[in-house]
Amino acid sequence: MSQPTETVTHFPVFQYKAIQSTVRYLLMILFALLMFGLILLISGKDPIQSYKDIFTSTLGSSYGFSEVIVAMIPMLITALAVALPSRVGLINVGGEGQLYIGAAFATFGALTFSNLPGWFLLPLMVLLGMLGGALWAFIPGYLKSIGLVNETITTLLLNSVAPKIIGFLIFGFWHSPMDTVKTANFVAAAKLPSFFGTRIHLGLIFGLILLIIFWLVMKYTRWGLEMRAIGSNPQAAKRNGLPLSKYLVVIMCIGGAIAGLAGMVQVSGFYGTLFLNFSMSLGFMGFMICWLAGGEPLGIILMSFVVAVITTGGNLLQLTRDLPYAVINILLAFTLFIVLARPSFFKGKTP
Amino acid sequence: MPSRTAAQPDIKPIVSMRGITKTFPGVLANDRLDLDIHTSEIHALLGENGAGKSTLMKILYGFYRCDKGEILVKGKAVSLHSPHDARAHKIGMVFQDFTLIPALSVAENIALFLPDLPAVLNINKINERILAVSRRYDLQVDPHAMVSQLSIGEQQKVEILKLLLAEARVLILDEPTRVLAPHEVEALFKVLDNLRKDGFAIVLITHKMKEVLECADRITVLRGGRMAGTMLKGEASEEKLVALMFEKKNPGLETGHRTSFEKPGAPLLELCGAETHGEGAQASLKAIDLKVHPGEIVGVAGVSGNGQKELGDLALGMIKCAGGRKFLFGRDSTNLSIQQVRRSGVGFIPENPLSMAIAPYMTVLQNMALTRTWKYARSGGLRMNWKAVKVDTERTMQALEFTFPLFVPARSLSGGNLQRMVIVREMAQEPRLIIASYLTRGLDVLSTIAARQALVRARDNGAGILLISEDLEELFSLSNRLIVLYAGGIAGSFKPEDTSIYEVGHLMTGSEVRNVATN
Repeated sequence: MSQPTETVTHFPVFQYKAIQSTVRYLLMILFALLMFGLILLISGKDPIQSYKDIFTSTLGSSYGFSEVIVAMIPMLITALAVALPSRVGLINVGGEGQLYIGAAFATFGALTFSNLPGWFLLPLMVLLGMLGGALWAFIPGYLKSIGLVNETITTLLLNSVAPKIIGFLIFGFWHSPMDTVKTANFVAAAKLPSFFGTRIHLGLIFGLILLIIFWLVMKYTRWGLEMRAIGSNPQAAKRNGLPLSKYLVVIMCIGGAIAGLAGMVQVSGFYGTLFLNFSMSLGFMGFMICWLAGGEPLGIILMSFVVAVITTGGNLLQLTRDLPYAVINILLAFTLFIVLARPSFFKGKTP
Repeated sequence: MPSRTAAQPDIKPIVSMRGITKTFPGVLANDRLDLDIHTSEIHALLGENGAGKSTLMKILYGFYRCDKGEILVKGKAVSLHSPHDARAHKIGMVFQDFTLIPALSVAENIALFLPDLPAVLNINKINERILAVSRRYDLQVDPHAMVSQLSIGEQQKVEILKLLLAEARVLILDEPTRVLAPHEVEALFKVLDNLRKDGFAIVLITHKMKEVLECADRITVLRGGRMAGTMLKGEASEEKLVALMFEKKNPGLETGHRTSFEKPGAPLLELCGAETHGEGAQASLKAIDLKVHPGEIVGVAGVSGNGQKELGDLALGMIKCAGGRKFLFGRDSTNLSIQQVRRSGVGFIPENPLSMAIAPYMTVLQNMALTRTWKYARSGGLRMNWKAVKVDTERTMQALEFTFPLFVPARSLSGGNLQRMVIVREMAQEPRLIIASYLTRGLDVLSTIAARQALVRARDNGAGILLISEDLEELFSLSNRLIVLYAGGIAGSFKPEDTSIYEVGHLMTGSEVRNVATN
C-alpha cells in the first residue's frame, strides 16, 4: 500500500473526525443509559444498582469479559454483512435469514462428513456456510439488479422463511432421536477450536480478519473505489461504465456469504449443534450495530462490544433484579433511536 | 469604481445591501459588496462562474448568512435568517434547479408556498388567483396540470407564479434562461417587462452578455467576489462589460475554422432506424438514422425533452435499442454494455454533471479515475495508481487551461467547475467518439471558448462528435452537420450554411419539416 495513495485519497481532518465522532457516540450511549435508568426507576428498581450489576458481571471479571467477547463474535460478522452491501447502496435487512441458511449448509457438512479430519472439515463447513448465505442473498440481489423488487423488502421477507426451512430440516432429515428441537451434536472435528479455556472461539479471528480485509478493500483497491462510486451515485457510476448490476448481485451475495459465515460460526463454535431458532435476532442486531457504527469497521468493533455488554448483562439483570429479559430490548431500542434521531452524524461520513 | 447615477435619483432603493462579506472554507465569495435594488427595474448581476453572484443573492434570500454587512429593506435594517424571513419581507427567489414537487399539480405546488395557507384548502379559490395573476403577466399555465408533465419553461413560469402569489415584490432569478429555448427566452423577457411595469424589482443573475444588454436597466458586474462596476443600460456596451468581467481582454469567440472534410472515413457511430420506448418522463426515439464520421461535429438541436437525452444514452448504451441497430467504429454494438462502449473509445459528457457523471462524496481525483478504473488499477486491482491519474488529469487541465482543486469532495465544486471537471475527464482519454450534451452549460465566456476549442481540436485530430445543445449559436458555429430533434424523431438535417437559426427554431417547435442534406 504505497504512500501516495494515502495522501491522495484522504483529507487531513480524517483522524480528528474519527475521534470526534467516537466521543459523540459515547455521549449518546450515555444518554441512552440515562433514559433506560428512568424506565428502571419507574418499574421500581434501583437503576444504579442495576447498572452496577450489568457492568460488574460483564467487565468485572475475566470470565464475564470472555462471555462478552463470545456474544460479540456473531454480531461483528453480521454487522459486516450489512456494512458491505450498504457501500453500494444496498440495504441488507436479511442477515437473519442468510445466517440461518448458512448455518443449515454448515450443519449439512458437519453431519454428512463427520468422519473427515477437522483441518478439512472446518474449511469445508466455512465454505458451505458462506455458499448458503450467498445463495439466500442471491434471490434479493438478482431481483434488485433487474429492477423488479427493492432488496429491503425481499431480504426482510425472506427472514421469516429461513427458520421454517431449518425447522423442516431439524424435524425431518436431521432428526436426532434424543432431542426434539435440535440436530445431533457435532463431532469434535466439526467444532471451531476455542482459546484460553474460555468459550471464545476461532470465529473472533474470522470476524476481525474480515473487517480488516473490508477496510483495505474499500480504501485501496479498484473494487473499493468502484463500490464507493456506485454507493455515491449509481446513475453516474453506470454512465461511467461501471458494471452496476453485476456489482449489486455480487456484493449482495458476498454480504449474504458473510452472514452465512456468522451462522456457521454460531453452530460450529458456540452451540456445536443446530438449534431451532438459535439465532435470537443476531442478524437484526448486526443491522443495528452497522447503523450505529455508520458502517465503519472500527465503529463496528466498538458498537458490537457495547451491544454485547448490554445483552450479556441483560441476562444477569433477569436473574438478579427480577426483570424480564425483554427489558434489555428497551435499552437497545433507546440506543438505536437516539443514534438515528441524529442523522447529522452520518452526514460527514463518506460512504 | 462603480458609477452610482441611479435611474430615478429621487426614489430610494427597495433593497440595499451594504458591505456584504461572505467566506466559505478557503474562498472569499463576497468581499464588501454593495448593491441597490430599485422597484420597476431589472437589475442584472453579471459575472463569470464563481464571481459571487449566486452567493450574494442567496444571502439576500436568507439562504446563507453574511459574515459582515447589512441588508436594508425600504431603508430599515433587517436580519434575514432564513428564506422564510426573506419572504416575509417580500423577497422571492427562483433557483437554477427548480423546487417544485413533480407529483403535485401546479395549483397544489403554489398553494404549498402561500404564506396564508389555510388548514382546509379551497383549491378552486387558489386556481382563480393563479389564473388572475397568470393572465395579467402572460404566464399561462394550466393550474390543474401535473408538474411532472410540464416542460422546463412551464415549470419556470410556475416558479415565478409561486412568488407572485406569495406577494413577493423583489424577484431574484438565478440564470433563468439557462434551460430555455430561444422563443421561451423571449417570452420570459416579455413577462419580466410586464412585471417591471407593475413596479416589481427584478434581479437577474446571468453570464450571458446579450440578455443583459437586451433587457436589463441596471447592470452590476462582479469579479472574483468583488464589485467590478455598475452601469445603466445606456452606458453599457458589450466591450465594456467584458472588460469588467475579465481583467484581461476577451480573446474573442473564435472557435477555429470549419474544416470541410473531403473524404469521410467509415462512420464512427451509425444508428439505423434506432427506436426506444420511453418510460415515465423519457421521450421515445423514432426511426433515428444518424451517422457520425471521423473529423466531423454533428450538432443536435431541439427543445429539451424531445429525445436528446435518450439519443445520448442510446449511443452510450444506457438505453437499449427497442428496434433498429447501432454500430460503433464499424462493429454492430447494439447490445454492448456501457463499459465495452467506453473502453472502445467513447467519451460522454452528460447534460447534468452532478447527477449523471460524478460521485459527489468522492474527491475530484477519485472521480477522474472512475471511467477508466481498469487503466489505473495495479496488481490486478489491489491498488490504484493515483499518480498516473493525477498526471493525466493535470496534463489535460493544462491543455484546456482549466483549473479546479483535485483533493476536495466533488460536490463542493461550483456548477461550472463540475462541468470543467467532466470535460477534462472525458477529454483526457482522447476518445475517438465524443457525445457531448450541453457542453458549455454553466460555463463562463472563457471556459466556453476553451471547451469549444477542445472539441474542435479533437475533431481536427479525427474524432467524431455528437454535440447536443440548445444553444443554436454554438451549434451553428461548431457543427459540420446539424440535425433537429422533434418529438423523438429527426425533423431536419442540414449543413449549417444552408439554413438559418429561424428555420431551425421553427423545426424545433414542430412547425415545419424539411430535409435538405441527408447524411
